[in-house]
Amino acid sequence: MKTGSVTIIGAGPAGLAAAAAAAPYATVTLLDENPGPGGQIWRAGAGTTTAAAELWEPARQAGAQWLGGCRVVAADAHALLLENATGAQRLPWEKLVLAPGARERFLPFPGWTLPGVLGAGGLQALVKNGLDIRGQRVMVAGSGPLLLAAAAFLRSQGAIIAGITEQATRRQLAGLAWASLVSPEKRKQASGLFRQLRGVPYLTHCWVEAAEVQESSHKNSGWLAAVRLRRGNRRWREPCDWLASGFGLAPNIELARLLGCALAPAAEGRPSSIAVDDFQLASQSNIWCAGEITGIGGLELSLLEGRIAGLAAAGQTALARRWLKARDRQRHFARALARAARLDAELRRLPGDETVICRCEDVPLGRLREYHSWREARLLGRCGMGACQGRICSDITGWLWNWQYDTTRPPVTPARISTLALMAANAEKASSSEFIL
Amino acid sequence: MPETFTVFINGQPVTAGPETSVAALLLRERMVNRRSCAGQLRAAFCGMGICMECRVTIDSDAHGLGCMTFCRPNMKITTL
Ligand SMILES: Cc1cc2nc3c(=O)[nH]c(=O)nc-3n(C[C@H](O)[C@H](O)[C@H](O)COP(=O)(O)OP(=O)(O)OC[C@H]3O[C@@H](n4cnc5c(N)ncnc54)[C@H](O)[C@@H]3O)c2cc1C
Ligand code: FES
Repeated sequence: MKTGSVTIIGAGPAGLAAAAAAAPYATVTLLDENPGPGGQIWRAGAGTTTAAAELWEPARQAGAQWLGGCRVVAADAHALLLENATGAQRLPWEKLVLAPGARERFLPFPGWTLPGVLGAGGLQALVKNGLDIRGQRVMVAGSGPLLLAAAAFLRSQGAIIAGITEQATRRQLAGLAWASLVSPEKRKQASGLFRQLRGVPYLTHCWVEAAEVQESSHKNSGWLAAVRLRRGNRRWREPCDWLASGFGLAPNIELARLLGCALAPAAEGRPSSIAVDDFQLASQSNIWCAGEITGIGGLELSLLEGRIAGLAAAGQTALARRWLKARDRQRHFARALARAARLDAELRRLPGDETVICRCEDVPLGRLREYHSWREARLLGRCGMGACQGRICSDITGWLWNWQYDTTRPPVTPARISTLALMAANAEKASSSEFIL
Repeated sequence: MPETFTVFINGQPVTAGPETSVAALLLRERMVNRRSCAGQLRAAFCGMGICMECRVTIDSDAHGLGCMTFCRPNMKITTL
């Protein structure tokens, strides 16, 4: 017999694994802002990939419900506030599994706001969602294993990879190779990626210093034309149609913070994550967190954390216990990865005073130098006050000056006025489960 | 042959499919989504619903997220 209900936010590997694990024992609702399940790695355009379906099918057959195209914009101890393409809804919850994943971490340099400059995972996602890049030149730059995954994928879709630049040194990466010994899956993945990228220049301790704009006479006037690269004392120019640039991942912590979940202690300049116990339980009762929200660790760790969280939320701690050891082994790898991915301090000097840091409000670096905290920059300089609500620039100011992002207020993502009205409205009156226009 | 249909970008007909997001379509057409408050050209950046650079008007939704919305027949997309 099923006891209790479990609501899962995020249908990536962690959320899907949680749904599959919990569905036999509890009433499960899985929701995601994307139209289909899969998350970042199994992004399926408008449909579903096989890997996602393999986890979702058994969950669905066990009675789990799917709410696609629904974004959680706010939450309190009783209900979630959801927004879809047409309206808003309050959804009461009993037990919550937060699996909202991570976002890409971006660092600024002159020209990073030009059209044609995207995140590495960002360009990958857009190609998965229908952008044709056959025969076009792509420069892949930044840091971390995602660069390899993105480059291999883009190449498989017909792109010409002009090169991959990794800011870490060869020595740091050697540490990573050692760490991958703990995980045969990781080792297999890495060698497979390098095989797919045969012939592509892979430059360590190298980065993009600036992106250049196409001149006004060109048909792509205003878009990216080339990047300026630097490796030690060598500097050169590389023409390209697209720049895919990312510096690892940063956990999506906003919703958990809004619900009062405590942060895990983070090393300086490293993105924050949510603290959990052995069974993925956060500091708030009835809230479990799984996947990249607890720290960046890759697919296998996300799946294991999801399974443990799902079982624990459904009251099956004895079953959950079986997976703790396997998860801890993956965590070990994740920590080594984080050490290897440490960013070179030199990268802090790339943005100039005119370089925009807050893309929403066009706040340049020079203006931010006048302030001493995120709060001051926000209130006096409008930094982080725009549409993305600081999700891009707070990762940057955290890295540049170690400013603490301390303004999680609802809504956590931009919401329509009608949604906000619902948020403000009396909770009982608004607890209808219909979408309200 | 995958299904295709017509959508309108600023009134101009363009061929698209249901597997193409609005942001991907605009990049394909090399059209910028919007101008920033200081007048800079901006197009999709994060590709995953975080940065809000891909906002455009999609039918009646004045601030539609291009990277999270898939094309539908006769969809009207207006760049900002
Ligand atoms: C852009 C990007 C590309 C990546 N590409 C690769 C790759 O090619 N290969 C690889 O091995 N790893 C890749 N990774 C890493 C991989 O995503 C992770 O290892 C793994 O998928 C994490 O799983 P997760 O379930 O924690 O999160 P995710 O897979 O990120 O799933 C979280 C889901 O929650 C949804 N969500 C978040 N907030 C809300 C909200 N408020 N309301 C509703 N839904 C919400 C998100 O849209 C997403 O679908 C990528 C990561 C990113 C960020
Ligand atoms: S491209 Fe960033 S939100 Fe759509």
